[in-house]
Amino acid sequence: MILASPLPRLEDVPFFAHQRLVVMRHRGRIDPERIDDYIALDGYEALPKALLEMTPEKIIGEVKTSLLRGRGGAGFPTGVKWELCRKAPGERKLLICNADEGDPGEFMDRSVLEADPHAVLEGMVIAGHAIGAGEGILYVRDEYPLALRRMQVAIDQAEAYGLLGSDILGSGHSFRIRVIRGGGAFVCGEETALIASVEGRAGRPSPRPPFPAQRGVWGFPTTINNVETLACIPAILLRGGAWYASMGTETSKGTKVFSLVGKVKNTGLVEVPMGTSLRRIVFDIGGGIPDGKRFKAVQSGGPSGGCIPEGLLDLPVDYEALTKAGAIMGSGGLIVMDETSCMVDVARYFLGFLMEESCGKCTPCREGILRMHEILTDFTEGRGTEAQLALLEELAPVVKDASLCALGGTASNPVLSTLRYFRDEYKAHILDRRCPAGVCRSLITYVIDEGRCTGCMVCRRACPAEAISGGKRKPHRIDPERCVKCGACRESCNFDAVRVA
Amino acid sequence: MTAPLTVEGLRQLKARLRAEGKAREEAIRARVTVHMGTCGIAAGAREVLEAVEACVREEAATDVWVTTSGCAGLCSREPMMTVERRGSPGAMYAGLDAKKAREVFASHALGGKIAEAHLLCIGSERTD
Repeated sequence: MILASPLPRLEDVPFFAHQRLVVMRHRGRIDPERIDDYIALDGYEALPKALLEMTPEKIIGEVKTSLLRGRGGAGFPTGVKWELCRKAPGERKLLICNADEGDPGEFMDRSVLEADPHAVLEGMVIAGHAIGAGEGILYVRDEYPLALRRMQVAIDQAEAYGLLGSDILGSGHSFRIRVIRGGGAFVCGEETALIASVEGRAGRPSPRPPFPAQRGVWGFPTTINNVETLACIPAILLRGGAWYASMGTETSKGTKVFSLVGKVKNTGLVEVPMGTSLRRIVFDIGGGIPDGKRFKAVQSGGPSGGCIPEGLLDLPVDYEALTKAGAIMGSGGLIVMDETSCMVDVARYFLGFLMEESCGKCTPCREGILRMHEILTDFTEGRGTEAQLALLEELAPVVKDASLCALGGTASNPVLSTLRYFRDEYKAHILDRRCPAGVCRSLITYVIDEGRCTGCMVCRRACPAEAISGGKRKPHRIDPERCVKCGACRESCNFDAVRVA
Repeated sequence: MTAPLTVEGLRQLKARLRAEGKAREEAIRARVTVHMGTCGIAAGAREVLEAVEACVREEAATDVWVTTSGCAGLCSREPMMTVERRGSPGAMYAGLDAKKAREVFASHALGGKIAEAHLLCIGSERTD
């Protein structure tokens, strides 16, 4: 008799077992369009506590104790940010929730808005009370229609219950939230650019100071917090700042949500305590690399982050450790790359994105990224020289240091980190005119291994350029003159007979 | 529009919702949650939800509570669905389509037998 294997339990599934949910504490458990579902759990429990039992100073103190740092990217301590705005002179103040998630491949904010909209609203009302703001702006990118709809439903429901509006819960504190749809510009991750966009101007940054806490939207003191930051707030007030600070590393407390994507078996949203190693995230939670391929790098922090190689996989993720490794935390994007990714091409790709998203206001960013992209394109197309490599290495730190905002300030990261860890690949492109990963079309040729080829005709039919010759059960051949290097033959071959040389 | 809640009103509402939720859990046979974030919907969660709702109608299973939630986290295995029966831990199912959702519904939600073929795992996530 064969014994049935025991059914897998959640704690046996590494994807779930290693996660610790604070931001995503209600995931899968509530209907986001029903405020009652949220209330029936621990929803709107922190709110009366904050509004009636705590002074704004006490709330700020609690958030300072939690050592929560802004989850949008820069990692500035949230309590300190609130205190600056609280202390800024002025009657009218504003709170902005930045839900303009702009990094490609990241979707943690979208998921929180869609799954637990009231957690964000509750966090906003509390933050408003702490900084002394009676109005909040929810800035959501227009590419998130479902999140926009669910947030609007949530706002309407909270208003109907009197949890938003005037004199909330009889506390005397009033707070209203207005939704503004963003046009999806990456540069609006920069606070001053976001403010410009809220005011109806083009999303371009301006020099700081003045900081938004002194002069923000329409000149009023403004605090900008990210979705994930605000969603933590109710939990921190309910359970205490010390509880939150008990998780994490010395400088980075609490948990962080990562969007785990790319060449990894399990893609999705991962919330782990700060200090969890990249190896645990990629190999245990993510399940490792599919199709038996080898891990090459993980890009942390979005397009302006950096590539971290295999040798640093035991790095505990926190703000300082990632920065030291040449990457950034950013808002928590992790893109896994395997041996089929060319690191020069990856750097070129990210620089291309940043080139298009640069607002063009300052020269180092506008021209610098353009030149770096040109050089990288030359490398990938087989025109690279050692002089260009030297120029690239000179240019990258200049763009980093001289740009007006964080877009240019971090734009060199993909270049610098790949140069630091994958210099061999650059050298192969420049000196040997070779792409070791077999990605850069100008540097590769496709050949058929006649020993492995069974003559099945599959690649011949797949080839859009009719570059493959050879009859049934006879070894096929690729005509390099006609080949467009699309890789269709390699993908279609069932016998691993198409090689990249 | 209802009158704005007071602190006491909010406390009472919470108590009432919890009591109602508990009473409902006692009264129903099963609760089925279809996870409908953008990722789930893109992978076909709407078809899954429609299939489940059709099952409820066909079987006149008024004691099965069908609800939705946001993303369950494991985007690459969407569409996902959770089935909870009174007195036993919930089960998460992954990689569903309309046909598989019907199988899960018939086997687990109605029959109380876990549909092993589509099971991801049993249990719910830690939130302590």
